[in-house]
Amino acid sequence: MTETMIFSALVILSVLGFITAKRRSLNVAGGNISELHSLPRHYGYLASLRTILPGLLILVLWLLLGSAVIESMILSALPQSLFLETGTNAQALLLNKIRLVVEHGNKFGDNPDILEAATHYSSLYNKGLWGTFSLSISIALIGMFTAIYRIKPDFRARSKVERIMLLALILSSVIATLTTMGIIGSLIFESVRFFQQIPLLDFVTGLKWSPQTALRADQVAASGSFGAVPLFVGTLLISFLAMMVAGPVGLFSAIYLTKYASKKVRSIVKPLLEILAGVPTIVYGFFAAITVAPFLRDTGTIIGLDIASESALTSGFVMGIMIIPFVSSLSDDAITAVPKSLDDASLALGATKSGTIKQVILPAALPGITGAFLLAISRAVGETMIVVMAAGMKANLTVNPFESVTTVTVQIVALLTGDQEFDSAKTLSAFALGLMLFITTLALNIVALSVVRKYREAYE
Amino acid sequence: MNETIPTCRVTGHITLDDQDIYDPTLDVVRLRARVGMVFQKPNPFPKSIYDNIAYGPRIHGLASHSTELDEIVANSLDRAGLWSEVKDRLDDAGTALSGGQQQRLCIARAIAVDPEVILMDEPCSALDPIATAKVEALIEDLKGRYAIAIVTHSMQQAARISQKTAFFHLGDLIEIGETKQIFTSPKEEKTRDYITGRFG
Repeated sequence: MTETMIFSALVILSVLGFITAKRRSLNVAGGNISELHSLPRHYGYLASLRTILPGLLILVLWLLLGSAVIESMILSALPQSLFLETGTNAQALLLNKIRLVVEHGNKFGDNPDILEAATHYSSLYNKGLWGTFSLSISIALIGMFTAIYRIKPDFRARSKVERIMLLALILSSVIATLTTMGIIGSLIFESVRFFQQIPLLDFVTGLKWSPQTALRADQVAASGSFGAVPLFVGTLLISFLAMMVAGPVGLFSAIYLTKYASKKVRSIVKPLLEILAGVPTIVYGFFAAITVAPFLRDTGTIIGLDIASESALTSGFVMGIMIIPFVSSLSDDAITAVPKSLDDASLALGATKSGTIKQVILPAALPGITGAFLLAISRAVGETMIVVMAAGMKANLTVNPFESVTTVTVQIVALLTGDQEFDSAKTLSAFALGLMLFITTLALNIVALSVVRKYREAYE
Repeated sequence: MNETIPTCRVTGHITLDDQDIYDPTLDVVRLRARVGMVFQKPNPFPKSIYDNIAYGPRIHGLASHSTELDEIVANSLDRAGLWSEVKDRLDDAGTALSGGQQQRLCIARAIAVDPEVILMDEPCSALDPIATAKVEALIEDLKGRYAIAIVTHSMQQAARISQKTAFFHLGDLIEIGETKQIFTSPKEEKTRDYITGRFG
């Protein structure tokens, strides 16, 4: 007997319930469907849901709580002497030993108490499993029979099914919301721990970022300084450069595609642009680090500019290419949403096509385009892979695009890669950076979405 | 303007001062400056009332300085009978006006560039009777100055405001003549059927 078998049994029962209920509903109606309040399949759905849901609930409870209950029972049955021998973390260690014996037999010559506990464990586990099996199947059967028994022509099966589906929808959205809140909560919780060690003001206004802290008292290392300004300046610099690329290119291509391109050109170019959006960011990273960076550095040498191979320009340029489809498809939508009647009005007054686009179409689409740009910026600010591969590691406070800068995301990756202890300021600072980044992109997104929404109302 | 509609097909000729307007060498932008157009649905730009009117004069460089532009705007609005209603709120959005006011704004916008001909494509079909009466009175005023070609489904409107009437059916010109003659003694059977209400 395993959990999978219980699950399969429940599924089989629910299918049976569906078929029986559907058939019975037809019988009750005497073959005349219009006699029934709901369609036969609704009676079927109801019976099958009534069968599987309570059974599943029991199974899930067993999976969540079963082993924890058994473990505490075993631990309380063990003699106290065993705990003393193994010292701290005794419970976990003992449980591990018992589990090993349960799974692999007595290979390590453990003491008789453990062996006994292991036998006890497997017998309890088996009992629990059988208990779960009989309980869930009998509850499922009860559900199935009551559902089938209650089928009468005026029984409102459809309303009940819809109610259950509604509950499922609510549950899904609750799960999504709670997860988001959980993520934000963990971010805030760890950030608060960080700000207990480093004052918020130092973090937000500090100009030096050097997160190396001494691990032991005798270590000769920097005491660590956590000024986030260079990181945010680097992030904004790269995002700015990215927008310098993506803004004009994306907007102009949107104008061309919506206003000038023939249907045929549009049907080829638009999907091609959207492929750009589908390229994994790590591939852009390769492109930046291996192709663009050396090219820019060499070009710089030729014309006498000193361009670092991990310059902000490289990351900004490649990130710009990455967000072109983002800008272009959102601007495309905004431009297409401007009613044709405005086009007509302007052309009828003797305006040229380009004049019409400049004076009428773009101003009318401006809120939508602004929204597109803001969303693109927030995308650029949070982008990680390209900058990890192509931007620098050293926190350099500069706005010179030819120099190497680092970004918030790069530093978070650097701080959290490898083995970490989660009580030092160094590691915790990653959460504070994450929180700041989250607030930045959230604010940008809120502004962008409200701008876009305002614009949508304009023509309705 | 037909070429902006992909499925449009034109046969026959339309001439303006002996110039075929479908001549491929003709600059349609120049032509459109000479021929104003008012559409079925009021379509003011999402700009201020002032900018709506000033749009045409600006693109054609009709005003050399801002007082001249102010004058054109005031004149056009005045001729469209809208001046007294909007003179205190020229900076409000043109789209915030009522339907009838919007349509008169569009007419004012068309006459601001001083065209020779004004085409009106069912200018009153989206308006209520009172607004329609105002627009008709305006057409009555303007017809001394501009040649106005108006498309309408309302026979009463055609009889009320026009001197000449042409009857089109499914894209074919059936009959053209003096309005009085068309409505009292039509030559074609189809025209008679239409004006007596046998179809349509």
